[in-house]
Amino acid sequence: MNAQTVTMDALCGQTRKMFEDGYRFLTMSCVDLGEDGFDLFYHFDKDLTLVNYRLTVQKGVSVPSVSPIYFCALLIENEIRDQFGVTFDGLVLDFGGTLYLEEDVRTSPFCKMSITEKNKEG
Amino acid sequence: MARTILPFGPQHPVLPEPLHLKLTIEDETVMEAIPALGYVHRGLEKLCEIRDYNQMIQVVERVCGICSCLHALCYCEGIEKMMGVEVPPRARFLRLIWGELHRMHSHLLWLGLFADAFGFESLFMQYWRIRERIMDIMEATCGNRVIVSVNVIGGVRRDLDASQCAWILEQLAIAEKELKQVQSTILSDYTVCSRTKGIGVLTKEQAYQLGAVGPTLRGSGWAQDNRQLGYSAFGEVEFEPVVENDGDSYSRCAVRFRETLQSIDLVRQGIAKLPAGELAAKVKGKPQGEATSRVEQPRGELFYYIKGDGSNNLDRVRIRTPTFANIPPLLAMLPGIQLADVPVVVLSIDPCISCTER
Repeated sequence: MNAQTVTMDALCGQTRKMFEDGYRFLTMSCVDLGEDGFDLFYHFDKDLTLVNYRLTVQKGVSVPSVSPIYFCALLIENEIRDQFGVTFDGLVLDFGGTLYLEEDVRTSPFCKMSITEKNKEG
Repeated sequence: MARTILPFGPQHPVLPEPLHLKLTIEDETVMEAIPALGYVHRGLEKLCEIRDYNQMIQVVERVCGICSCLHALCYCEGIEKMMGVEVPPRARFLRLIWGELHRMHSHLLWLGLFADAFGFESLFMQYWRIRERIMDIMEATCGNRVIVSVNVIGGVRRDLDASQCAWILEQLAIAEKELKQVQSTILSDYTVCSRTKGIGVLTKEQAYQLGAVGPTLRGSGWAQDNRQLGYSAFGEVEFEPVVENDGDSYSRCAVRFRETLQSIDLVRQGIAKLPAGELAAKVKGKPQGEATSRVEQPRGELFYYIKGDGSNNLDRVRIRTPTFANIPPLLAMLPGIQLADVPVVVLSIDPCISCTER
């Protein structure tokens, strides 16, 4: 699979460019790399040609949401939040980790090394 | 006017599976819809870490009962791409035949449910009666009516002999005749048209920008269908996407009806061109690297991202199902319609929640 690398700073600009160039947002894929963080893939399509971007992020770092550009990204970004604990800044509809999970769940079930949110009482 | 928040689902007569929509309404007009998921999330993607890559075929077949065959096809094509496996021509054509039979039974199931959603019970029974003929074909050729487990890495596990092909063609001729008998009812009947025309409109621009797929995309005027990619044997048969332009519930229904007839034609072409030869290629090694795969499920584009690390288990399987992609477009269809039309519009995207949540 061909995937061009994109940095966190360039992510929104590149996504905006894809939108203006007439690409359809297909989906995102998140891969847990263990201690190396996560690979986030952004998949786009135009006339059945697939274009992929890879963003590698450290665990615990928030990623800019692309949902203000592609509204349809809101569901997958919420799903990744639920499953991997990756948070997205500027999500147009943020379920706060409760798209699939109950409010009292504090683990990220798809992570190899789980991130646990602690409440103030510890 | 005061606004009220009304829960639609998770249990509702038109929904075979649980989906919850928080509808904000003014009088009886829908102003906004917010989805709530999570009732049937099973974490199937995670199973790739404990099931080996061959066993995962049985897992992905259970992502969705209605399109089990096409999940397995998409998964197998992804693994084959990663491992450089060339599938024998006969297997590619057999995949096309079973895939299109699957599309027929899914569309006929939906056409019946759609008729039932606006109270046309006799039409519902007619479609399900026709569907039984397709289910009989699948049972006779695969040993199962719904979970059609024919795909393996490198090809297929079952074959069709000449007498089976002749019998399938005979059954399809009857199904085609029966479908044409009810064509005018679903496409021209006053009741059907009044409940579906101009209801739940998704414009061409909205469909594309919101990531709609399948009949929901093609019902809004886009001639995009993953079968144009030529996977399986689609590159070797005559195929043009079915398109309607109005973007309403009627258009989505018309696309599915016409696609059912088109699938009959595709199976006929597949059988006519079915080459002799092996059913599966020998597969050596273990999957390593990354691959994506796309096929056209009855509900639309199915997408798999697969990552292998050279062991028996895969590192990651990510499944983007068509209903997952069609939920944001659904949220755009609902504002402005009457509460009584919500069940029809929700059903018009052919929602599959077990697929969506996996």
